Amino acid sequence: MHIDILLQIAVSGLLIGLIYALVAIGLTLIFGVMDIVNFAHGEFLMLGMYACFWAFALWAFDPIFTLPLTALLLFGVGVAIYQTVIRRIIKAPMLSQIFATFGLMILLRGLAQFFWKPDHRLVGHSIVDGRIALGPVQFGLPQTVAALGAVLITGGLWFFLNRTRLGTALEATAIDKEAATLMGIDAQRMFALAWGIGAACAGVAGGLLSTFFPIFPEVGANFSLTAFVVVVLGGFGSIAGAFWAGIIVGLVEVAGGFFVGPEYKVAIVLSLMLLVLLVRPRGLMGKA
Amino acid sequence: MGMWLKGLTAGVALTALVVGAGGAARAQEEIRIGVVYPLTGAAASTGVELKAAAELAAAITNKEIPAPDKLLAAVGMPNLKGAKIKLIFGDHQGNPQVGATETERLITQEKVVAVMGAYFSNVTATASQAAERYGIPFMNADSSSVTLTQRNFKWFFRTTPHDDLFVTNFFTFLQDFEKKKNVRLRDIALFNENTLWGNETTRLELKLADQQEFKVVEKLHYPAKTAQMTSEVQRLKAANPAVIMQSSYLGDAILSMKTYKELGFMPQMLLANDAGFNDSEFLKTLGKDGEFVISREVWALDQADRNPLIKAVNALMLERAKVNFNGNSARAFTGMAVLADAINRAGSTSPEDIRKALAATDIGSDRIIMPWKGIRFDQSGQNELGQGIIVQVQGGQYVTVWPFDVATKDIVFPIPAWNAR
Repeated sequence: MHIDILLQIAVSGLLIGLIYALVAIGLTLIFGVMDIVNFAHGEFLMLGMYACFWAFALWAFDPIFTLPLTALLLFGVGVAIYQTVIRRIIKAPMLSQIFATFGLMILLRGLAQFFWKPDHRLVGHSIVDGRIALGPVQFGLPQTVAALGAVLITGGLWFFLNRTRLGTALEATAIDKEAATLMGIDAQRMFALAWGIGAACAGVAGGLLSTFFPIFPEVGANFSLTAFVVVVLGGFGSIAGAFWAGIIVGLVEVAGGFFVGPEYKVAIVLSLMLLVLLVRPRGLMGKA
Repeated sequence: MGMWLKGLTAGVALTALVVGAGGAARAQEEIRIGVVYPLTGAAASTGVELKAAAELAAAITNKEIPAPDKLLAAVGMPNLKGAKIKLIFGDHQGNPQVGATETERLITQEKVVAVMGAYFSNVTATASQAAERYGIPFMNADSSSVTLTQRNFKWFFRTTPHDDLFVTNFFTFLQDFEKKKNVRLRDIALFNENTLWGNETTRLELKLADQQEFKVVEKLHYPAKTAQMTSEVQRLKAANPAVIMQSSYLGDAILSMKTYKELGFMPQMLLANDAGFNDSEFLKTLGKDGEFVISREVWALDQADRNPLIKAVNALMLERAKVNFNGNSARAFTGMAVLADAINRAGSTSPEDIRKALAATDIGSDRIIMPWKGIRFDQSGQNELGQGIIVQVQGGQYVTVWPFDVATKDIVFPIPAWNAR
């Protein structure tokens, strides 16, 4: 086995893993703060992709420059969905919550198909195009920029949650809602914030992906299963867990696809998840 | 065999004339042909084009539109005293159930003498079953599932080549190409998606590779809904094949091209199995990155540059339906022309006479707008002279590069490396 193949597998796995991490962080944040599993998370990613696509198609804005706007837009979408749908089902049985977010997923896909057609689209010429070769190892430029973006956003989010007042309040709500409310934290506001940030994370991930991944109404499905695996593997609600689990899943998927065969790559990742759950049911970094 | 059948047909036609059968007398007014296509639903846009093509063929047969004499459809209905064709349309909405009931309605209520349809292979299966039950000829111009002509049907005729033939073409093409350019392209990789289509294709490719002494250096099935294809492309890169044969739907076709580029990999030849690679979105989204891909096709517009007949008929289509022919509509046009020709040769509208005339069909390549050797049906009703073509993306267009006698451009080979474009 050539060392450059191993290196290339490591690089490819790391790059895609960081994207998986960013998608999963939004999902795990929402779950951590309010114990609701958001099945429409992949659709936030899809909306982020379309936001970048339309900004490019209509005004020739490069997705990389559109990212802050995409983040803001998806933050708004997340908050709006919280206010209109989720707020009403916080105390509902878990099955109702599942069906509410599942229905949301189907609705968002349907709307995308209705307004934007089921066509596959692609951002034609982003400023990040081509690749860099470091010796025998290839770094696709769009993939590398996307991975770097994912690291920056994750770092920023970590800083926000641990070093700012608002972020600490969010963390406090995640740890114990009632105690946080007693301390004067407005839980409703924190929930809305979690949905906003969660959706923005997925939106930014979508924006970063839009420079090299085809964009179509059902594209969220390609990422949402992996996002759930990452969340479970990292530990429900753990941002750091999702970050490391994303990288692990990316590496295992690419290596498994190479060494065992691409038809088994999903099965390998799921087996890894099951194995971790058997040994450590709360995931890698989940709270006991 | 052909002579015998011809004699038989002539005999039957003569008998019909002598007896002065009711069929012939009625035919002077109009010949009712049923056409079942998806006119609403997801494939409606295709259905509307198919309908326009069938109508054009009928209009030419009816002498409503002048067309080149050489064209099959231009023969008209001299044996039925210039009777006119009337097409009665049914809409199957892409649903096999509806396809069967619509066919039944056309036969029992509209009293059609033959039925054409139905684009989707699964709808063609049920619709032709209904026709078989009633003993009415069923002309299929555009469904490619192999199984359709493996059912021992008596009333089923298919003009288009089927899936097996398309895959067989890959290997014939490679051998032709090896001889012409004096190269060896024996190391091939099979890279197919992981549903029925991809698996069936792999099985056939393995068989053919074995028979024709190609070496399969890598065989991959990938899950169609995937977020990354880097492991697949790395496997291909490590196997270093001369040719990759790939079957992908649109999303994965685009993603795989992006991944080839990301990892700086391209074989000498990328041979795609239609589908995603021929979707009109493929080049629209990939632009220059889609260049040099080679794919199978049933028809290409550049055929009009080669063949004046195709150019003339395409001009008629453009004038009438405001759209160029494509692989689907060209086949529908041809199917209707073959059916009309058989009815004329039968000289009768009795289903049995039409069936016999269809079975005796022997049409040369110079009278049709398809890149085929001609039309002649075997025992199963399959046109044995049909062939696919192979196209390559050159300058943002799909141009015909094989069979060499109908090619309009030379093949760009090997595919230039990503950093040499």
